[in-house]
Order: sequence, then structure tokens, then C-alpha cells
Amino acid sequence: MSRSPHEGADGGTACPSLAVIGAGPAGLAAALAAAVRGSRVTLIDAGAQAGGQFYRQPAEELGARRPQALHHQWRTWERLRDGLAAQIAAGRVTHLTDHHVWCVERLEETSGFLVHALHGPAQEEPSVVRADAVVLATGAYEKVLPFPGWTLPGVITAGGAQAMLKGGLVLQGRTAVVAGTGPLLLPVAAGLAAAGAEVAALVESAGAQGVARHARTFAVHPDKLVEGAGYVAELMRRRVRLKARHAVVEAQGDGALEAVSVAALDRDGRVVPGSEHVIACDTLAVGHGLLPHTDLAETLGCRLEGTAVAADDEQRTDVHGVWAAGEATGVGGAALSLAEGHIAGCSAAARLAGREPDPRAWEAAAKSRAKTRKFSTSLDAAFAPRAHWAEQVTDDTVVCRCEDVPASAIREAVGELGATDARTVKLLTRAGMGWCQGRMCGPAVAGLTGCEPVPSRRPFARPVPLGVLARAGEDLPDE
Amino acid sequence: MVGAACALYAARAGHSVALVDRGAVAGGTTGAGEGNLLVSDKEPGPELELALLSSRLWSELTAEPGAAEAVEFEAKGGVVVASSAEGLAALEKFAVEQRHAGVDARAVTADELYDLEPELAPGMPGGVHYPQDAQVMPTLAAAHLVRLARAAGARLLTGAPVTEVLRSADGSVRGVRTGRGEIHAPAVVNAAGTWGGELAALAGVRLPVLPRRGFVLVTEPLPRLVRHKVYAADYVADVASDSAALQTSPVVEGTAAGPVLIGASRERVGFDRTFSLPVVRSLAAGAARLFPFLESVRVMRSYLGFRPYMPDHLPAIGPDARVPGLFHACGHEGAGIGLATGTGHLIAGALGGAGPDPALAPFRPDRFPEEAS
Ligand SMILES: Cc1cc2nc3c(=O)[nH]c(=O)nc-3n(C[C@H](O)[C@H](O)[C@H](O)COP(=O)(O)OP(=O)(O)OC[C@H]3O[C@@H](n4cnc5c(N)ncnc54)[C@H](O)[C@@H]3O)c2cc1C
Ligand SMILES: Cc1cc2nc3c(=O)[nH]c(=O)nc-3n(C[C@H](O)[C@H](O)[C@H](O)COP(=O)(O)OP(=O)(O)OC[C@H]3O[C@@H](n4cnc5c(N)ncnc54)[C@H](O)[C@@H]3O)c2cc1C
Repeated sequence: MSRSPHEGADGGTACPSLAVIGAGPAGLAAALAAAVRGSRVTLIDAGAQAGGQFYRQPAEELGARRPQALHHQWRTWERLRDGLAAQIAAGRVTHLTDHHVWCVERLEETSGFLVHALHGPAQEEPSVVRADAVVLATGAYEKVLPFPGWTLPGVITAGGAQAMLKGGLVLQGRTAVVAGTGPLLLPVAAGLAAAGAEVAALVESAGAQGVARHARTFAVHPDKLVEGAGYVAELMRRRVRLKARHAVVEAQGDGALEAVSVAALDRDGRVVPGSEHVIACDTLAVGHGLLPHTDLAETLGCRLEGTAVAADDEQRTDVHGVWAAGEATGVGGAALSLAEGHIAGCSAAARLAGREPDPRAWEAAAKSRAKTRKFSTSLDAAFAPRAHWAEQVTDDTVVCRCEDVPASAIREAVGELGATDARTVKLLTRAGMGWCQGRMCGPAVAGLTGCEPVPSRRPFARPVPLGVLARAGEDLPDE
Repeated sequence: MVGAACALYAARAGHSVALVDRGAVAGGTTGAGEGNLLVSDKEPGPELELALLSSRLWSELTAEPGAAEAVEFEAKGGVVVASSAEGLAALEKFAVEQRHAGVDARAVTADELYDLEPELAPGMPGGVHYPQDAQVMPTLAAAHLVRLARAAGARLLTGAPVTEVLRSADGSVRGVRTGRGEIHAPAVVNAAGTWGGELAALAGVRLPVLPRRGFVLVTEPLPRLVRHKVYAADYVADVASDSAALQTSPVVEGTAAGPVLIGASRERVGFDRTFSLPVVRSLAAGAARLFPFLESVRVMRSYLGFRPYMPDHLPAIGPDARVPGLFHACGHEGAGIGLATGTGHLIAGALGGAGPDPALAPFRPDRFPEEAS
């Protein structure tokens, strides 16, 4: 194992340094805004290329010839991409790709931060970036709630489907159902249809009204084919059945997905007895919304608000020197992430230079932020996962896939031992103790326990080899 | 854990018991620690006596049908490793004293050491093997003891914070007020762990229980490569230390479920929940010194808890002479899982009122000077 190299912008100049973690819309906007304003920026991301969830790039080797056909907002993306290239060329931004940050450490004596990351094919090579300030732009991950049969091959997450689309995977000839709740489902269904899959139904547990309203949040679609036309119109044109106030209650199949059972819901979110019917399909894309990545922020001691990192008007967290932007601070679409990232970058650059930032410098971004946020708050209410979803979860349904914990074990912990919180249930059943550390099953365990989902503490955002941990930050040059 | 054990032994002794907690079963330190049942780390004295009693009671309890599986009991034994010749001499002297007190402590040569633990770092001069050391999974153990206590007639009331200790005109205890109503009883046992001082204050007495923070590291699941509880000889010095500063000689052990547990640090920093990379870094380094193969093993997570710590490192167990009817069973520091059974047994005896029990004398809750702070 190599010794920890000290990477990133260095050189010992007087120029203050900023580490931006996450190269999605928020992180890119922050990095560019700060670099232009005089900070030395290190942009660190787990991906092979910049772009994050929204501008997810088709893998270079696939040689996608017309990537613009797959990406809407191509101009915005081009602007960010070219800006990044220019800043890198000018030596103001260092971009570390394939770097998985496992911990950000605040240095008590010297002030400043160490960003600890892993890279290399097996993610075992340590690398440490020293910075005077940090922007957390780590985005969000998908929430999926369990139902009988959800572990069958052929059942994928909505984000997984999107990644297949953007990664250039062939979906022609597939019959897909898109199900769950939230604004993500529309672009995913539209994208699948545009890519040649037959979308047999879009099953949304919220009411039709909500669906129509939220069509606007993600009004920009990464797929050029759908651009302009509203999603609903687009789906109607492609004869996709929109089943609002419906839910998939079971995935069926012998070794692989063959069909789903769909049922109507009453106003309270309960299944209407006798309404179940079967739809044949070989692909089911499910999603129940997004959850902010908060691990790095929590370990730094940043305050959370609900499930997101709390940030002020300048996108500062309550920990000195730490900013947060984009979906890590709440889910609201790419435009919101861009605006927040820009503000964070401007504010950080000013404060690092010892200047009080002038909010007028980011007036336009602040306006856009206010507008999109207002809208996304109303969305949250419209797309809460349906109440009573747990009623369809049979005792033998596996809830925690890493540790193979069935719903019955969780129900026992609650019923017999008075467990009223997800942590106690985890200790009693091992649900959430496996490889993904409860990222997947956390909301489901909370739901079955009957408590609010709270982010569980994960000091390590990624598993870290013990030897790397034992020497973390040891060989840093003194500054 | 301690409250569950007290409830179990009291109910089995025929008392009518209500087990009250503000949270859930194992929601306190019990759910945030490890489950080592150790005699190896204790010097001869009252705590070792209690540990030996507890060890016998754990064996009895886990011999009941289904119990060993339910609590993941493993009588795997402990191995204490010396890293130098002087260290080994000191360790062996310590083991001789322990043997006189009734501990099964077997000196092992370097060769025997590697038979016991083939993956140990090379060059260790020897150690001591303690077959009596065992382990349980603390949350499951507490859950199981609660189950047994209920089977013996105890009532469980969760989500019920105690807000007041009710007293009669003559000052004696007559029950508690909780968030879910009053419970009347002639005896109240304070098994509030790290928060035992606050509960004592509700009864008007001072009990100096302080938090001592500990971090534990958990690795990815592995085949059984660490067979015993293995720790370096300086661990014992850390446990008995009075210093507030950080001590991190780790205990390394494999678990039934696969992950290796590495724990635990000890430092007095109040109830500070902030993650500390330097602390877990030194835990990791200590573990890698014992078992080099761990270098490339991934650490999945880390958690922390606050041990209930008393100034003289001994728990408070037994009646409080200052308030008739008030009993304490808290302050077990880093050994409350192991010492729970013995504590429960002694409390059940004391509740029977058979007069002062000499076994309880060293644990007198009112042994600390009144007033201060
Ligand atoms: C399936 C799907 C479809 C969507 N469709 C639309 C749409 O049609 N219209 C729309 O407006 N929005 C859409 N969105 C939402 C849009 O993608 C997000 O709003 C936007 O990408 C958020 O930007 P961000 O910069 O906050 O986070 P992200 O784009 O998620 O970027 C976060 C980055 O941080 C990196 N990262 C996280 N943790 C670490 C770590 N520990 N170490 C290193 N790197 C890390 C990740 O690799 C990622 O690159 C969609 C999202 C999904 C998942
Ligand atoms: C990192 C770490 C590692 C450890 N490793 C070991 C080990 O290997 N072996 C070992 O034996 N011990 C170990 N310990 C120590 C052990 O965990 C504790 O000694 C033991 O859990 C204490 O049990 P308890 O029942 O006294 O306290 P707790 O488990 O904390 O129980 C006290 C209960 O009182 C409740 N309570 C408090 N105030 C009130 C109130 N006002 N009203 C109602 N309820 C209240 C709390 O909710 C809590 O559930 C470790 C501890 C730590 C932190």
C-alpha cells in the first residue's frame, strides 16, 4: 500500500484552499464560483467524470457519438464543463476523480480540514487533501421501500433505470413498469419510453393532482427527446397508462420478474380490497423519493434539519468553515442545486479571503433558489410515501438485504420488546448492520417500527481499510 | 442490562416487580457497548469477587434451554498478550495473584500463544490464557433477561421517564412518578446506569456517576480468524486508570455474526458525542499491531457509548442508608454487562431484607463524602 500522498492544490502560496466534495451540479457551480473569485479549489468526486446524478456522463469507452441527444440542458452543462476545463488549465482547480471520501476531519490545533479519500481499483489507496474550508455537495440517494418480491432480478431503482439510460444501455424490447412516488418517476418513465422500452404503466401512489403539479419540478429533462413537451403529454402520446393513487403490492416471477400486482389505494393510502390486477413486465423501476447524503456533515458535527444538512442564506452550516449545497441540504432538482452551489462558492471564496461577502453578488441565484425551494417544499408534502405501505409487507419479505432480515423479525422487536426506535430494532435484529449500513433499509425499518426516519450516524461515509484508518493523516507535510 | 438482571432475580425471588425505562430495552449504554464478560482484566478485590459470581450466574442462565443462542453466548476465553519480556513478567505476576483469588489463569509460552491465535503478530514472548472469559451480545442479552423476568411475573413499562421519587412523611420511598403514571412500591432500585446520579438526585441523595466515553470499531464480516478475546497487557492499566486522558489499548475479538470488534477507547470528556478520528485511529493502530492481517480489512462503522463511571471504579450496589427503601445498582463502568447477573442476584438478596450482606460492603452507595460540587 502506498503512503498517503498529499494531493490537491498546494504549493504553499498564500492563496486559501477550498475542498469541494461532489462534482454534481452543486459542486461544479461551487468550485467554479470559488475558483473565479481567487480560491484554490480541489474538486473531489467518486465518479470517473464530473456531472453528478444529473449530468451523468455516458462512460467514455462507450463512445456515445451524440451525447447531446441524451442530455437536456446541454448548454448549461457545456458551460460548466468548459469552465472546469479552463480553471483546471489555469491551475486554479484540481479535479480528483474516482476519489471516495470516507471522512472529513476538522483539525483542532491548526484549524482547517483534512479530507480523507480512497481511490484505486479496489478503493484502498489513501489520499488526503488539506483545505482551509469545505463545501459538501454530496447530493442524495434513492429511497426504496420494500414489498413482497422486491428482491427479484428485474426489479431496479428508478435511479438505476436512469443510469442505464444515460449509460447507453439498450432497453429496446423491454416491458417496464415504473412505480412508487415522487417527481423522479415521470422523467424516468418518459426516458424509458423514449429509449424504446414499452412502459406498461406508471404507478404513482399520490393523487393525479399532485402528479400534474410536480411535473414542473424537474421541468428540465436530461433527455433531449422529451424536451419541451410536458412529461404528462409525452407519456400520453406514448400511451403510457398513468395510474395515480395506485401501488405495486407484489412483484411476481419464478427466478426473475414476470409481472407485478397493482392495486388501487383509498384516500388514506390503504389498498382497496379486490382492486388488485396483474400487469406483465420484465423490468420494474421503483423509487420512493430521495434522501440527502449527510454522513460527512454529521461526522463534522453539522446540525441537521430533518434528514438534510441545515444551511443558512450563504449555504453555511453551523460548523465554521463548512458549507453545504445541493441535494445534501434538501431535494429540489438540478436548478436548485446549481443555485445553491453558486452561492456557496461565492460566499466561501469571500470569507476565505477575509472579506464579508456581498449577497448582491449572487442575487440572481438567490432568486432562483427561493423560487425552486418554495416549490419543492410543496412537493415533499404531495409525495410522502403512502401511509400504510407496511401493511402489504408480508412477514417473510426481506427488509434488510445485506443481513437478510425479514419483516417478521422487526415486528417481533417492536411487539415483544417495546422497541420504538430504529436503532434499538437494528441492535435486536441486525437490520442495517450490513454492507450498505442501512442506507437501503433505513426508511423501511423506521416505517415498520412506526417511528420517523432519522439519519443514522455513520462516521465513515465509505468502508475504510483498517491500515488506512490507522495511519490517516500521518504523513502530511507541515504547513 | 443491570435493571433487567435486577428485575429477573427479584421476580424469581418472589417480589412483585415493575421494570421502568424512559426509552426501550437496551436503549442506554447497554446498546452502545460490547459484551465481554471478563475476569481477566480484574485485580483481586471486590470487583473480581463480583465478576466470578457473575460468571457463574451467566453460566447458569445460559444453560437454560435456548438461552445461549438467544444471547449469543460464547465461552471463548481470553488471551492477554505481552509484547516484551518485562511485560510478560508483570503479566504473569498479576496472573498468580488472580489464581489465588480463584481465577483460571494459565501462563502460555510463545509457541502455545500462536497455537491459540495463529494470526497474531510475530515476536510476542507469551501471554496468559483465561478460559473463563466469555461474551454475549448485550442488546440481545438484555432483551432475553427482560423476557425471562416477564415470564417470572415482572411488568415492563417502556417509554416512561421517572420524574420523581415518591417519599412518605417519614422520608422512606413509596414509589416513583413516571411519564406514564405513578407506580407505588416500598422499594425503588436505581439502575439508571450513567444517569444514575440524576435519578439519585430525584431521591435527594448524591451519587457521583460520571460518563467515560468509549469508541468501538466494527469491521466487515470475516471467517473466524480471531478466536479469543485478545488484548495487550497494558489494557489492564488503562481500565484501572484514573486519568481523564485517552487510553486506547484495544480488545480484539471475532463475533458470531462475523465482524471483528475492536474496542474500546476510554476518555472522560462528558457526554460529547462528536466523532473523534484521532481516537479511532489509535484503536485501529493498536489492533493492527496485534493482528497485522487486519490492515487490509475494511472498517464498516464505529459507534460510541458512555460508561457509567464512579470515582473509585467500583459500582454502587445495595441499600442507601440515607433513604429507606432506596437501592442502587449502577456505576459499573466498562463491565456492566458482565457484572449484571451478580448485581441482580445481590440486589434480590438485599430486597429480601436479610440484614446487611458483607458482600455488599465495598459497594455501599453512601461511601462517597457528602457534599461537594
Ligand atoms: C433518476 C434521477 C432522475 C432525475 N431526473 C431529473 C430531471 O429530469 N430533472 C431535474 O431537474 N432533476 C432530475 N434529477 C435530480 C438531479 O439529478 C439532482 O437534483 C441533481 O443532480 C442534484 O445535484 P447535486 O449536485 O446536489 O447532487 P448530485 O448530482 O447527486 O452530485 C453529488 C455528487 O457527489 C458525489 N459524492 C457523494 N458522496 C461522495 C463521497 N463520500 N465521496 C466522493 N464523492 C461523493 C457523487 O458521486 C455525485 O457525483 C434526477 C435525479 C435522479 C436520481
Ligand atoms: C464502548 C463501550 C464498551 C463496553 N464494553 C463492555 C464490555 O465488553 N463488557 C461489559 O461488561 N461492559 C462493557 N461496557 C459497559 C457496559 O455497557 C455498561 O456498564 C452497562 O451497559 C451498564 O448497564 P446499565 O444497565 O447500568 O446502564 P444502561 O444500559 O445505560 O441502562 C440504564 C437505563 O436507565 C434508563 N434511565 C436513565 N434515567 C432514567 C429515568 N429518569 N427514568 C427512566 N429510565 C431512565 C436509560 O434509558 C437506560 O436504558 C462498555 C461500554 C462502552 C461504552
